[in-house]
Amino acid sequence: MATVTLTVNGKPVTATVEPRTLLVQLLREQLGLTGTHIGCDTSQCGACVVDVDGISVKSCTMLAVQAEGAQVTTIEGLAHGDKLHPMQEAFREHHGLQCGFCTPGMVMSAIDFAKHHKHPTEQQIRHWLEGNICRCTGYHNIVKAIKAGTEAMAGGAS
Amino acid sequence: MTATGIGASVRRKEDARFLTGKGNYVDDISRPGQLHAYILRSPHAHAEIRGVDTVQAKAAPGVAAVFTGADMQVGGLPCGWLIHSKDGTPMAEPPHPVLAQGKVRHVGDPVAVVIADTRDRAKDAAELVKVDYKTLPAVASAEAALKPGAPRVHEAAANNLCYDWHIGDEAATKAAFAKAAHITRLDVVNNRLVANPMEPRAAIGDFDRGTGEYTLYTTTQNPHVIRLLMCAFVLQLPEHKVRVVAPDVGGGFGTKIFHYAEEAIVTWAAGKLAKAVKWTADRSESFLSDAQGRDHVTHAELALDKDGKFLGLRVSTVANLGAYLSTFGPAVPTYLYATLLAGTYTTPAIYAEVKGVFTNTVPVDAYRGAGRPEACFVVERIVDKAAREMKVDPAELRRRNFIPKNAYPYQTPVAVVYDSGDYFSTLEMALKAADYDGFAKRREESAKRGKLRGLGLATYIEACGVAPSQLVGQLGARAGLYESAEVRVHPTGSISVFTGSHSHGQGHETTFAQLVSERLGIPLESIDIIHGDTNKIQFGMGTYGSRSLPVGGSALVKALDKIVNKGKKIAAHLLEASETDIEFKDGKFSIAGTDKNVPFGQVAFTAYVPHNYPSQELEPGLDETAFYDPANFTYPSGAYVAEVEVDRDTGAVQLVNFTCADDFGRIINPMIVAGQVHGGLAQGIGQALYENTIYDKDAQLVTGSFMDYCMPRADNLPSFTVDTHVTLCAHNPLGVKGCGEAGAIGAPVAVINAVVDALGPLGVTDLTMPATAEKVWRAIHDPNMPKAAE
Repeated sequence: MATVTLTVNGKPVTATVEPRTLLVQLLREQLGLTGTHIGCDTSQCGACVVDVDGISVKSCTMLAVQAEGAQVTTIEGLAHGDKLHPMQEAFREHHGLQCGFCTPGMVMSAIDFAKHHKHPTEQQIRHWLEGNICRCTGYHNIVKAIKAGTEAMAGGAS
Repeated sequence: MTATGIGASVRRKEDARFLTGKGNYVDDISRPGQLHAYILRSPHAHAEIRGVDTVQAKAAPGVAAVFTGADMQVGGLPCGWLIHSKDGTPMAEPPHPVLAQGKVRHVGDPVAVVIADTRDRAKDAAELVKVDYKTLPAVASAEAALKPGAPRVHEAAANNLCYDWHIGDEAATKAAFAKAAHITRLDVVNNRLVANPMEPRAAIGDFDRGTGEYTLYTTTQNPHVIRLLMCAFVLQLPEHKVRVVAPDVGGGFGTKIFHYAEEAIVTWAAGKLAKAVKWTADRSESFLSDAQGRDHVTHAELALDKDGKFLGLRVSTVANLGAYLSTFGPAVPTYLYATLLAGTYTTPAIYAEVKGVFTNTVPVDAYRGAGRPEACFVVERIVDKAAREMKVDPAELRRRNFIPKNAYPYQTPVAVVYDSGDYFSTLEMALKAADYDGFAKRREESAKRGKLRGLGLATYIEACGVAPSQLVGQLGARAGLYESAEVRVHPTGSISVFTGSHSHGQGHETTFAQLVSERLGIPLESIDIIHGDTNKIQFGMGTYGSRSLPVGGSALVKALDKIVNKGKKIAAHLLEASETDIEFKDGKFSIAGTDKNVPFGQVAFTAYVPHNYPSQELEPGLDETAFYDPANFTYPSGAYVAEVEVDRDTGAVQLVNFTCADDFGRIINPMIVAGQVHGGLAQGIGQALYENTIYDKDAQLVTGSFMDYCMPRADNLPSFTVDTHVTLCAHNPLGVKGCGEAGAIGAPVAVINAVVDALGPLGVTDLTMPATAEKVWRAIHDPNMPKAAE
C-alpha cells in the first residue's frame, strides 16, 4: 500500500491506496466524488477528465500515486453554491447534455480548451473534442455550448 | 402556449445535477458492506466445458464466493416474443442459461462469477479459475450458419434456423413483377453495430435479512419488466419481495431494455451471501455482453412501370440473432422490420421473407430504430438505385410514389395502418433547406478543387409508440405494451408524477412536467417527475421504440384529466355551483361566465382537509392513476438530405451538410426534440461511415474496444439543420408521434445515397456500410469492387 497526499477541490486529502489504484478510482471509490465517470478501459472516451495542476487529464490513465502533491479539480469543484460555472451554465442553456454521463468529462475538457481559445471556431472545438466521446447529442449542442461557455469565460464571467 | 407549457423550449430540470456531478448512476451507488462481482467469460466462441476448478480462486485474498453454472441452478433468460414460421411452427427457442451449462456459445458467454471485497481482487481471483474447454468449430455469419455442415449452435435448432417467417402477398407480388417495365435489384448488408451508451451496464443486488426483500439497482430502460422477467422466469422470486431501481441511466439506445444474466447473478448472489453484490462492466466487457444491433443480409427487388410507379417489392433477408434469443431479439427483424417495407410509398404488393439464424456471436436485439433502419435502408437504397437506372430525379421518383395526403388512414400491404402524415411537405421542406436546386453548382465547385461531391436523399417512416397490446399479442408478444401514470397532488398543491416511462437522457423530467404545467397551470418547480423505481411507481413498461410521450405521456394526460374532473366536483361544492358550470383554465376553477373562482391550490388543500367537502359523493384526497393502451402505433416520418465531399486521393468522406425535415406530430419541447434528432443522426451517420462489428473466422470479436470500433467523434460530424412539419397523430390525446429514433433510421441511407452519388461518375452503383476511407478508396480505384466484396 502507498500513501498519497493531494488537494482535491481545494481540500487537502491523504489516502492509502494500492500502487495500481488509478486516480479515478481514488476519486470515485475512496473520496466519494462520483461525478467523474468511467466510460471505457482504453483511454478513449474522456468521461473521466479532471483538472490536474491546470491541465485536463484522463484520470483513468493516471495512477493515484502520481497525483502526489497535485491540485485536482473535479466536476464537483466548479460551481459556487447554486451558481454554476459559466461552462456548466452554457451546457445547460444550449442543451449540451442528455444522459449526463459524458458531461463531467466534457465540461472539464472544455474549460481547459477555453483557457487557450478566446474566440474559437467550430472546427477548433470539434478538433479539441477528439478525446471525448458523447453518444447522445451528436455533439451539435456541445459545440454550441463550448463556444458560448468559452466566450463567457473570456468575458470574465467566471 | 405558456412559457413552460406545450411548445416551449424549457431548459431541462435534470441538468443541474448532471452538470455538477450529482447524478446518481448505478456505479455511483455503494451499499453498506457491499461485495464486488467479476464475471468470468468464455474466451472461445464455441466450446464444451469439461470442468471448472474454482478451488484456488476461492482461497484467494478477499474472495467471498465463486459460483459456476453448477451452483446456480435457476431458470433461463426468457424471450419476450414468439415468432411463428411460414409453416405455422413456433420458432426454435433453445435455453439461455444465466451461467453456462456445459457449453459456451459466444465469446463473452458468462461461465462463473467471482465475488470479493474489492473489484480488483475479484478480477485477480478470476484468473485462478481453471476452465477446461474443448473448443468446437464456430460460425459468426448468418449466411454461413445456414449452409449444410455449418457448426450447430444449439441442438434445438436444426440448420441454426430459429424461424423462417414471411409477410405480405406472394402471389400478388409475383403478378406485379410479371407486368413490370423495369426491375431494380439490390443486395444489402446492414452492418452489425454496438449501441455503446457511454455508461457501461452495471447492477447491484442487495438483500434485507430482516424482511427477506431483494433490491436490484440496474442500468435498465424498464425496471418493472426486469422485475417481472427475473422473478417469474429466472429466480422464481415473489414479485412483491423484489424492488428494481433504475436510477440515472447513462444512455440506453435499446441495449438496456433486455434482461441480462448479470442482473439475475447479483440478485441471486446477494441472497446467498446476505450482502450487497455489485457488478460494473468494463467497456471491453460491454462489447462482449451488451446485445448488439442490425446484422442483416438482404436481397431486394423493386418492380416499376414505365412511368416509375412502384408495382411491387420483394425482399429476402437473413438476420443474425446471435448465440441466444435476447428479450425482444426475434421481433426486431420481423414485425419491427418487414412491416415498414412500404415506406412512404403506395407500393401495392409487397412480399418479404426473413430467416432468423443462430450464430456464435453476441445476441442481437433492438438498437435505436430496431428493424426500422434496416427497412428504411432497403427501401430508400432501392428507390434511389431505381431512379438512377431509370434516369429520373430521385426526388421526383419519390414524389410520384408517395402516399397521397388525403389517403389516411392508409392500409399498407404489410399489416400496418398509417394514421397521418404528409411526405410531400417534409420532402419539399428538406430540399429547400438543403438548397437542392443549387447542388449542381456546388458539385462543379468541388470538382474544381478535385473533390467528388454527392447528394443523397432519404424519406422514412417508422412505427413508434409501441404498442396496442391486443395487436402485438396476436403477433406473438408475450407482454402488454401500455403505460401507466399516477398524478399525486399534495395538500399544498405541489405535484409528484409517477411514470412507468424511464428517462435515460430523453429529458422526461422536463417534458412531462411541461404537460402538467400546461394542464394544471402550475409552475415547473412545483412538479417532480418520478421514474425508475418499482417501489414508487405502480407499474410500467418502460422506454423504447419512441414510446414515452405517445404512450407514457398519454397515460399522464388521462390521469391529469381525472384530477381536473375531481377538482371540478370539489370546486363546484366550494362555489356552490353545478359541476357542469365549472371551467378549469390557467390554474383556476371558475363558474362559466363569471369571475367567481377557486385556485387549484385551494381545491387541493380542500381535498386533504375536507372540512367543507361533498363527503357523501367524493372520497378525500387528490391522487389519480391512469393506464393507457394505444389504439395504433404512431408513424413519424420525414425527409433527410445528406451532402458529402469525397477525397479522391484518400477515399475520406466528409459529410458537408445534413438537413432534416421531420414530422413528429405535436412538439412539446422543441429544444429537446432537436437534441433527440441530433443524437439519432450521429448514430446513423456512424453506421454509414464509421461503425462496424467484425468477427473473425473463429467468431472472435475483432472490434472489441473503442480502439477498434470507431465511434463518431465531434470532428467526424457537421452541425445539422433540423426542422419539423407537424401532422398530428390521429389517435392519442396529445397528437404526438415520438422522435427518439428518427435520426438513426433516416441517416444511414441518406449518407450512402450521397456517397454513391459522389462516386457515380466513376461507375460505382453501390457501396456497403460503413463507407470507410479505405472502402471508398478501393471503390474509386475499382468501381466493381463493391459487388464482389463482403
